[in-house]
Amino acid sequence: MVITAAVTDSKEQLYYTFASRYVRAPLPRFKMPENSMPKEAAYQIVNDELMLDGNPRLNLASFVTTWMEPECDKLMMDSINKNYVDMDEYPVTTELQNRCVNMIAHLFNAPVGDDETAIGVGTVGSSEAIMLAGLAFKRKWQAKRKAEGKPYEKPNIVTGANVQVCWEKFARYFEVELKEVKLKEGYYVMDPKEAVEMVDENTICVAAILGSTLTGEFENVKLLNELLTEKNKETGWDTPIHVDAASGGFIAPFLYPDLEWDFRLPLVKSINVSGHKYGLVYAGVGWVVWRSKEDLPEELVFHINYLGSDQPTFTLNFSKGSSQIIAQYYQFIRLGCEGYRNIMVNCMENAKALKDGLVKTGRFDIVSKDVGVPLVAFSLKDSSRYTVFQVAESLRRFGWIVPAYTMPANAEHIAVLRVVIREDFNFSLAERLVSDIEKVLKELDALPPRVSTKIDHKELEALPPRVSTKIDHVTAVANETEGIKPDNHHLREIASYWRRISNKKTSGVC
Amino acid sequence: MVLSVVQTPEEISSSAISSVFASRYVQDPLPRYRMPENTIPKEVAYQIIHDELQLDGNPRLNLASFVTTWMEPECDKLMIESMNKNYVDMDEYPITTELQNRCVNIIANLLNAPLASNKQAIGVGTVGSSEAIMLAGLAFKKKWQNKRKAEGKPFDKPNIVTGANVQVCWEKFARYFEVELKEVKLSEGYYVMDPKKAVEMVDENTICVAAILGSTLTGEFEDVKLLNDLLAEKNKRTGWDTPIHVDAASGGFVAPFIYPELEWDFRLPLVKSINVSGHKYGLVYAGIGWVIWRSNEDLPEELVFHINYLGTDQPTFTLNFSKGSSQIVAQYYQFLRMGFEGYKRVIRNCMENAKLLVDGLKQTGRFDIISKERGLPLVAFGFKDTNKSLAFELSKALRHHGWIVPAYTMPANVEHMAVLRVVVREDLGRQLVEKLVSHINGALLELDETTDIVPKISFTVEVKSSDEDQHHESRHDHEGSLHLPTTSIHWKQDKHDRIQKKVHISGGKTKGVC
Repeated sequence: MVITAAVTDSKEQLYYTFASRYVRAPLPRFKMPENSMPKEAAYQIVNDELMLDGNPRLNLASFVTTWMEPECDKLMMDSINKNYVDMDEYPVTTELQNRCVNMIAHLFNAPVGDDETAIGVGTVGSSEAIMLAGLAFKRKWQAKRKAEGKPYEKPNIVTGANVQVCWEKFARYFEVELKEVKLKEGYYVMDPKEAVEMVDENTICVAAILGSTLTGEFENVKLLNELLTEKNKETGWDTPIHVDAASGGFIAPFLYPDLEWDFRLPLVKSINVSGHKYGLVYAGVGWVVWRSKEDLPEELVFHINYLGSDQPTFTLNFSKGSSQIIAQYYQFIRLGCEGYRNIMVNCMENAKALKDGLVKTGRFDIVSKDVGVPLVAFSLKDSSRYTVFQVAESLRRFGWIVPAYTMPANAEHIAVLRVVIREDFNFSLAERLVSDIEKVLKELDALPPRVSTKIDHKELEALPPRVSTKIDHVTAVANETEGIKPDNHHLREIASYWRRISNKKTSGVC
Repeated sequence: MVLSVVQTPEEISSSAISSVFASRYVQDPLPRYRMPENTIPKEVAYQIIHDELQLDGNPRLNLASFVTTWMEPECDKLMIESMNKNYVDMDEYPITTELQNRCVNIIANLLNAPLASNKQAIGVGTVGSSEAIMLAGLAFKKKWQNKRKAEGKPFDKPNIVTGANVQVCWEKFARYFEVELKEVKLSEGYYVMDPKKAVEMVDENTICVAAILGSTLTGEFEDVKLLNDLLAEKNKRTGWDTPIHVDAASGGFVAPFIYPELEWDFRLPLVKSINVSGHKYGLVYAGIGWVIWRSNEDLPEELVFHINYLGTDQPTFTLNFSKGSSQIVAQYYQFLRMGFEGYKRVIRNCMENAKLLVDGLKQTGRFDIISKERGLPLVAFGFKDTNKSLAFELSKALRHHGWIVPAYTMPANVEHMAVLRVVVREDLGRQLVEKLVSHINGALLELDETTDIVPKISFTVEVKSSDEDQHHESRHDHEGSLHLPTTSIHWKQDKHDRIQKKVHISGGKTKGVC
């Protein structure tokens, strides 16, 4: 109960918000304001500033759900004041989490009996889920090495260079070396053969991605499993697999049930999936499931005594809201398997419609594959006059947020635009997007070529080839602003700036 | 858009008309292990889940938790509007990112961080103090490792010194990030970390000393100033340069408003980082915390990821990636709406209501008040009677009225004490406190009366057929009379065993005291 309505002038409360003095004062940026203000004014001010944010539903960069049914919104608001971790006080909410874990475990064919509780937990997203899974692998490996009397200070993990930034975070924060399998032009996922070659005695696990962030492809987990089993037989190292199914985990079981990628493969020990991507819940919920008790070392689990029975927990976050977990359960029982299946089919068809529209323009190469996450990644056939970055910028004018990225090592010369088809992206929006893209292309065609012919080609050749396309764009801008011929030193500075940015996993490709 | 309503026409017509509770959906058991095959109408899904959730405790009567359980409707509206924004898309939602930065600056200034005016503070919004503490601990660990590497000394056994009264997330940090936890044990009457003992435990492998402002169990503030002074002396002698971290999860939004003269924050030179929970006395719903560093040097660059957004550099250092933006927007709303005086008044109200509760408890004459007057607005009390089970029974009795008042045993070395703890939040008004006192009085009467639990009575039934009956049967068998064998019933009241529910707390910090 806020009994603090400290308004100096009581008449203020009667004033129309935009007539009051509150909309004249600058907003606090560094210090807490001294006085209170009426709640209506505070609401209006914050709301108005937030209008300048992008429209979440037109944000085609993100996989994260941006629309839910009003009934679900109602459920979420009702439970927003429940602190999920108070299991004693909110036993039903805890029960709902357990049910979700069971359902997801069964969806992934975990070897649990029909009435057994699965081993898994709800998290705040796939980042936390991956950290927990990685921590479990690290502990298990350390225990094994200690028992064998071998050194255990240098654990490493083998992934593809297309991994999402949270793997790099895990590696950095938990002191595990990240061994990346580089990509190639035309092959934008982890090659199982190369991955298995990189495995050594210090490898705690191999991480495969189901639904690569950049192109939506599914990696061939079955092949990886077979090759790794052979190697394990030779070496006796027993290296396991983790599948990062952040996007693909709620797609493959419904659209491609015959694809073997989950616990049906014996070396897969844990899987993470984002509830807030194709699990169709708002941002803030992820799930990680382990194959069995043995795959989760007991020393990592904290036991909370609740309602007299034991509730084991293993999370990084403690207090958090319960809304998303309840929403996830709502979606499971509201939609059921057929509902999810129908939604995924719709997404794939809309993706196909978008792809056909793009192909018809004749200006794009489609980089994403047909089998995978419903997204369309496409690059310009001809990047000499303008790049995908400019296309992305121009599309913003229409309200669309379509991101443009360069691929990671070793395909950095390929730059793509990526459109994610979520549940709430319907056919008419796809048509509109295609027509807006055509408009943008027409505009860009009409502009004078931005790449200046003043650049000396000899200087360009002196630089390593893979940064040349970016140089074109950046130096062209430099030309126009400064009107001078860029020299070698200048070009090198620009190259190193871009290289620094593109080498680390900086852009939060989610 | 859910285009998937796959129902047969008959089903559609009937389910559209019949009320939820007349439909067949409320007859089927709810799925627990497998996802159901079919879709169900949304009204039904809503109703079913809503009904089950009614069996949860009432959040506002949950006196166990510090976490906010009430916000103004305008704020609720803001939160639901930003629920579909993924906070980490900084490129797409620049204003939301800007609001986070403003909150960090505001909090840094509240904590007297040594910043030039209008300079951006070093800090980040997290999903709670757990994540905040892990980030702070990680920064200390990296800094210490770098220092040891530079000195050419071993760096594989870092440790951290705290009191035994720390919240469970410190133990998590220690376990997950492979740091040893050296706990200063408590003693009777002294339930926080003793600065002298803490400084004694510091060695060359200590990455930091963690002090708590607002101990979870009794709400006390630890003497950070004394710790700073003692540690500065030790650092001068040893040259180890051990820093301090202040876990101000609860106290960070209490001390600056009602005890502004208390020196515990960045005014003390050895304090390098502070974490505070936005969702406790920051007056926002669960899901937000803040960690602030003193300066750039205290956050090693290798831990920070640089995201290129809008052409400028946005450094980020969090464990979680995607998360909702609602709580960050709500935090800024609260800062704007309440301002300094608003927060001061709310906390002062809480302290007065806590005092009212203390008076009510003292009047019963049965309790010792363990929490101090100077500290968080919470009341920790134990029975004068040394019977540990009484506290748990009172807690159970209060549940009958709807109150959730937890009972805990204190950590090492005072495990023989059991306390009850009531946290006074913003929304526990005077009227509710008075009701609570009267319910406690009622519960005490119940406890005193029923020293006996339900008596156990055992019955034995003997069924005998007497010889007379048999004789009767042979003579009158054509008459068909019903002969009941004689029975006799003996009963005796057994001595009943007092069944006590033992709350077993296994090794380590299990009970999530938040």
